[in-house]
Amino acid sequence: MRTRTPMTGIMLAALMSLGPGMAHAEVPETRQAELMHLLTQDCGSCHGLKRRGGLGPALTPEALTGKPAVMLREVILHGLPGTAMPPWKNFMSTQEADWMVQMLLEGRTDAP
Amino acid sequence: MRPDSRLLLFLSLAGVLLVSACATPRGTGDLGIVIERAAGSVQVVETTTRTRLARVSGLGDLSHASVVYSRDARYAYVFGRDGGLTKVDMLRRRIEKRIVQAGNAVGGAISQDGRLIAVSNYDPGGVKIFTADTLELVADIPAGSGDSARRSKIVGLVDAPDRRFVFSLFDAGEIWVADMRTPRQPRLQKFSNIGKLPYDGTVTPDGRYYIAGLFGEDGLALLDLWQPDKGVRRVLDGYGRGQEPLPVFKMPHMDYWAQSGGLAYVPAVGRHEVLMIDQKNWTETARIAVAGQPVFVIARPDGRQVWVNFAPPDNDTVQVIDTLTLKVIRTLKPGKAVLHMEFTPRGENVWLSVRDENRVDVYDTETLERVTSLLADKPSGIFFTARAQRIGQ
Repeated sequence: MRTRTPMTGIMLAALMSLGPGMAHAEVPETRQAELMHLLTQDCGSCHGLKRRGGLGPALTPEALTGKPAVMLREVILHGLPGTAMPPWKNFMSTQEADWMVQMLLEGRTDAP
Repeated sequence: MRPDSRLLLFLSLAGVLLVSACATPRGTGDLGIVIERAAGSVQVVETTTRTRLARVSGLGDLSHASVVYSRDARYAYVFGRDGGLTKVDMLRRRIEKRIVQAGNAVGGAISQDGRLIAVSNYDPGGVKIFTADTLELVADIPAGSGDSARRSKIVGLVDAPDRRFVFSLFDAGEIWVADMRTPRQPRLQKFSNIGKLPYDGTVTPDGRYYIAGLFGEDGLALLDLWQPDKGVRRVLDGYGRGQEPLPVFKMPHMDYWAQSGGLAYVPAVGRHEVLMIDQKNWTETARIAVAGQPVFVIARPDGRQVWVNFAPPDNDTVQVIDTLTLKVIRTLKPGKAVLHMEFTPRGENVWLSVRDENRVDVYDTETLERVTSLLADKPSGIFFTARAQRIGQ
């Protein structure tokens, strides 16, 4: 049976960082500024300007620990039925949602 | 007289003039606060000459901040998102006292007698009560649901006559009435199963009815505070007529009960409509199609007009409803992200915060034209001191 070596872990980490990194490159800078504005102001309506939560849960890196990026992206795009989280797919593309997830996981608030 | 003594006389006279200018008594009835949500500051504004008097900084995270006033309208109590409760002196234009009383908060209320401040907390969910003068903790009301230890977020906290506070439990779907006659020992009356996810609540201007808007279903929960033992009634049940609501990109608010001629105007959740309710029998009388999903629906103090702003993507728009014809008579486009609206005490002007334009616009409510604009840093809530004298505000 193969055991997971530290190397595999590093490669996994590299792969994981590659994904959002590519998405990053696909979002033009002006659009990034718009998305960061949306993240701070409109997401902030429920999740707080500083992402520490409100009517919706906190979205700080600590709060999101263990939550897969793909799942977060799907929640942003399609919402969570039965809760107040709406689908944002008419406001952004999949790549853009990936970029927002990356900003959340890295705790970044600076727009280009 | 030697030249230097003349200079001394001049300086002392000037000094007297300066001091007396600062000490000139003035009222606060035409003052207000504009929240600058991202900067953590507030502006003290004056509605007579439509000017900014001062900026007060250091109030923390002011997303979703709101304000109540002491009954002498001297002090503003600003409730911040980060659990901050800041008492601002409107005349000296400075922070009188500031505490951080919870991790996450959403608003508050001042008691009928002006002695108590109640804060509505999300985390830890509950209501905390403080003395209005010193902000000393008087009582803590943790909001657990039934026998469950799980705390509920609190919304729609208002004051009501007979020294009561009333509020709703978002997660648990309950309305609680706290009798504050013995401030250190609030007596609670709890109403459960009032409906799914009450998102906000308010009280009619006479203080009689408490109404909670429901997010999780189509309807409103109504409690008659004159006869609370009759329990919570559902009104406007199923106003969506079974149609799937639209996604809601910003929660509606019930800041102050909008009424005119016996009819109340409330936002329909997830629909491009304002609902009208006959307050005699609490049934729907009509609905008015509007430009988007309403966030605030507010009535001019005389009830002649109702102004509505909207959730994204229609948050650049404001509509004015004529309450005689029940028609939208004007669609305004003040700019990106109109977050809040506040009428001057007798309603000749309305002030709008236009967040993304960094402006507060002042409109004449008769001509529906813009009168002037004030610069503000990402403005959100606007609160005038006339609120000091109103039940529920």
